[in-house]
Order: sequence, then structure tokens, then C-alpha cells
Amino acid sequence: MANSLFEEKINSNDFLVTTEIGPPKGADVSEMVHHIDLLKDKMDAINVTDHQSSVMRFPSLGGCLLVKECGGEPIFQVTCRDRNRLALQADLLMAYSRGITNVLCLTGDSVDVGDHKEAKPVFDLDSVQLLRMAREMEAGKDMAGNELKGVPQFCLGASVHPETDFIEPQLIKFEKKVNAGAQFFQTQGIFELESLKKFMQYASQFNVKILAGIIVLASARMAQYMNDNVPGIIISQAVIDELANVEKGKGLQKGIEIASRLIKTIKEENLCHGVHVMAVGREGIVPDILEAV
Amino acid sequence: MIIAEQKSLEEIRRVISPYENVLLLGCGTCVTVCGAGGEREVAFLHSALRVAQARNQDGVHSFSEYTIKRQCDFEFLDVLEDKVNEVDTILSLGCGIGVQVVAERFPDIPVLPGVNTSFMGMAKEWGVWDERCAACGDCRLDETAGICPITRCTKGILNGPCAGTKNGKCEANKDIDCAWILIYKRLERLQQLEKMRRYYPPRNFRVIPRPRRIVMKANVESGGNNG
Repeated sequence: MANSLFEEKINSNDFLVTTEIGPPKGADVSEMVHHIDLLKDKMDAINVTDHQSSVMRFPSLGGCLLVKECGGEPIFQVTCRDRNRLALQADLLMAYSRGITNVLCLTGDSVDVGDHKEAKPVFDLDSVQLLRMAREMEAGKDMAGNELKGVPQFCLGASVHPETDFIEPQLIKFEKKVNAGAQFFQTQGIFELESLKKFMQYASQFNVKILAGIIVLASARMAQYMNDNVPGIIISQAVIDELANVEKGKGLQKGIEIASRLIKTIKEENLCHGVHVMAVGREGIVPDILEAV
Repeated sequence: MIIAEQKSLEEIRRVISPYENVLLLGCGTCVTVCGAGGEREVAFLHSALRVAQARNQDGVHSFSEYTIKRQCDFEFLDVLEDKVNEVDTILSLGCGIGVQVVAERFPDIPVLPGVNTSFMGMAKEWGVWDERCAACGDCRLDETAGICPITRCTKGILNGPCAGTKNGKCEANKDIDCAWILIYKRLERLQQLEKMRRYYPPRNFRVIPRPRRIVMKANVESGGNNG
């Protein structure tokens, strides 16, 4: 039996579509709820980011509860940046107790790239160890080997970076994540399908679902900024040029066109098992992208 | 070697302000090599403090200077016995260990830090010092081709690079090499990539219950004051 609606989906042969919502900076969740309402029926699941780019925000677990309350299917993004192993286990227990069972296990961005640069980075675990931790909990034990009263069950995911400039060590880590129990992968942003194809030649030997990360860009400037400042982002010059060549004010339209084009090709050519759309603060446009596919 | 940086003159002037007679105490070991608190730096600081005092016309301090072989060992501190009776404070230019050993040896005199103790490292080139060891108490350098991910990866992670590495550099600082890319390349060169494919479990932080103490068996058996 599947542990979640999303797990049912990944066990099927459907083309998977997920997106993500970044919680607000502050306690006003109205816009977030609006986005959840807009997206919940159009997506197989909605990720809620965990202080994305190390910028302090409303918590991912709180956001997942909202998704749940609105009738959506949340994916709880958990990073190792801010919690030690006690807090990580506790949050997973809390999540499970409230029906949040899809968990994306991430190491987390460096504190240095965020808005609380003087904070103590935790990184008690890394992403591979976090996956193992969750699987150990499913076996009824905490990390110290103590028995759990009430055993959680999860659908576990992780990330991978097919477009990195040095792929070999990333592939080793990918395989470690598979062995640690990852069932699905949402990739970092993909802009060149050749790298995705190449990655899938390697990844298809494993029984995991790969969702290609699609970042919606709004301008050449944004693309350049993300290239220079956001960890894990490598946007090709061809894409930046394409964005730079449109009239002023038409950047987002172009960005939506590029994203839709990528999704369409991935789906038509069956390049991987689905897509994960990252609208980076413009969650409202995600339905437009999917309509354009 | 321990690497330190001398505090700013402004900060040093602030911490010594309540005291009249100040002993500037250098250390002849690590901080001499890294140019933060050896005999030369003590002399230079002494002059700088005098000049600043004259310029600001707030001349209340009288300074003396002395550099001992090592501040982190009681036996090297005996020579200070007479000197400390004549001063109101000691500004130690030794590392954080030196400051504390001097304070423990002379309980009636305030001991102030004159340097910020930064890390354990090596001289990459003259005047450039790089951190190399985090003193984690559980050395695994055999598994990582002699390159320490605890120290040199900003996240100290054990199972390979994060996705933030770009052009072989770290996401936290584009001037710093990604430790895991270095480890991969060296393991490949040594034909030991299987070491990277292994799963490494979470670190055992119990090996570093602070403060740490190591007791050599022979010393304990022969008696001794372990405080």
C-alpha cells in the first residue's frame, strides 16, 4: 500500500507534475493559501521549501500543514542546515502524525548565501544520512536505536544536479541517495536537454522516478543573477541570450515560453518521468505554463 | 600550527583601558611563525600603543614587554613570576590556549587576549594561511585521500559534494576550492574511488565532549595533578 497519494502516482506510469511554494517572510499566509488553492488540483504534489537559499521564512512543515488543510498533496522539504538529528527526527514524526508523508531530503544551502549569515550552520547530517535516518525510523527505531511508539512511513525524495559542470562526483552521490532509499528525484534546474538525456542514460538503470527541474525565468538579468548567486544554478548562455532578445516587459512571457517548451519536449520525447516547476516567487503563473504545454 | 590574527589597536586600547601597568606578553611558538604575537609583533605593538597614547594625550598606561618560549605550558611561565608583581594586567599575544594557561598560572592578575585565535592550518605561501584541521577527534583522512571534508567543506558533509559546487569552487565562497571535488580528483588519481562510493554514517560528536582531555596512561600512573 502506498504511503501517500503522490507515492501512488510515482508507482504508476503517469507523467508527474510537481511544483513548489516558498513560504512567506512573516506570519501572513494569505498569499500562500491563494497559491495553494490555485495549484492543488493541477499538480500531483506541491513542495514547500525549507528556508530556500538560507533566507529565514515561515517553516516548511507549517506550509505543508496548510497544503494539507487546503486539500492538496504536500512534499515536505527538509534540509540539514538548521536542525540536528533530534530535531530532524522530531519534525518527521510531527509531519507523519499530520498525514505529511512525502519528504524531500536535502543537505541545504550554505548559511553564507542567505540573510542570516551569522547563524550557526548545523549540518549534523547530510542528505544521504537524512534519507537513511527516515528509513531507520520506518523500521521502528530512532537513530539511537530506541524503539518508536507509533512507526512512521514515508515516500522519500532527493535532488540531483544533471547540469553541473563536473558530473562524476554528483553521480556517485546520486547512487548513494538511491541506495539510502530515495524513491523520486527532483532535479536542479534543467536548461539544456542534452544533459538531461545523458543523465537519464545513467539514471534509468535505477528504479526511481526522475522529475526534471524547470525554473521559470523572468529576464536575462534574473538569469544572470541566479547564475552568479544561487547555489546549484547553471543557466546556459543560449537561454540568457534568448531572454535578452525580447522587448522590454516581455521577459516573463519568454520565460514561460521557454519553460513550456522544455516541458513539452520532455513529455513528448519521454525523456524522464515528470517535471518539477519552480516559479521562484511567481507561483501564480504555474498554471499558465502547464496550459501552454 | 595554530593561526591567529592580532586584534585591532582600537580594541586592544579599549580592553587595557582600566589598567595602568600593562605587560605585553608574546609567545615564541605558533603566533611567532604566523606573525601575530611573537617578539617582533610585541615590540611593534608596544610602539604603536605608545604612539597612540601620545597622540591622544591619554597617557595613563605604562607598558613593558616580554616574550616567552611558549605560553601553553606552565613550565615556561615561571620566568614571569617576578614580572607579574609589577603589572596590573597581562595582554597575552599568545593563542587562546596561551591566554588561559597564563590566567590559570597567575590567578590574581587579569589576563587579556591580544589576538583572535583563528584555526589550525598551514602556510600556503608566505603570508597566506589556510585552515586544514578541525580537531574533530575522529580522523578519517585515509578515506578522503588526505583532504579533510570536515574542515574544507563549508558544510562538513561526508558523502560527497552538494549541488552548489561550480567551477570546482564552493557555493559559500567562490575563491575557495570545493573540498569534495578535490577529494574526488585525488581519489581518482590514487585509483581509490571506491572510497567515495562508500556510505559514511553521521559523525559521532561524542568524541568531542567539550572541553576535551587526553590523559597519557604512563603519566597518570606516575601521579600528577590533573585539576
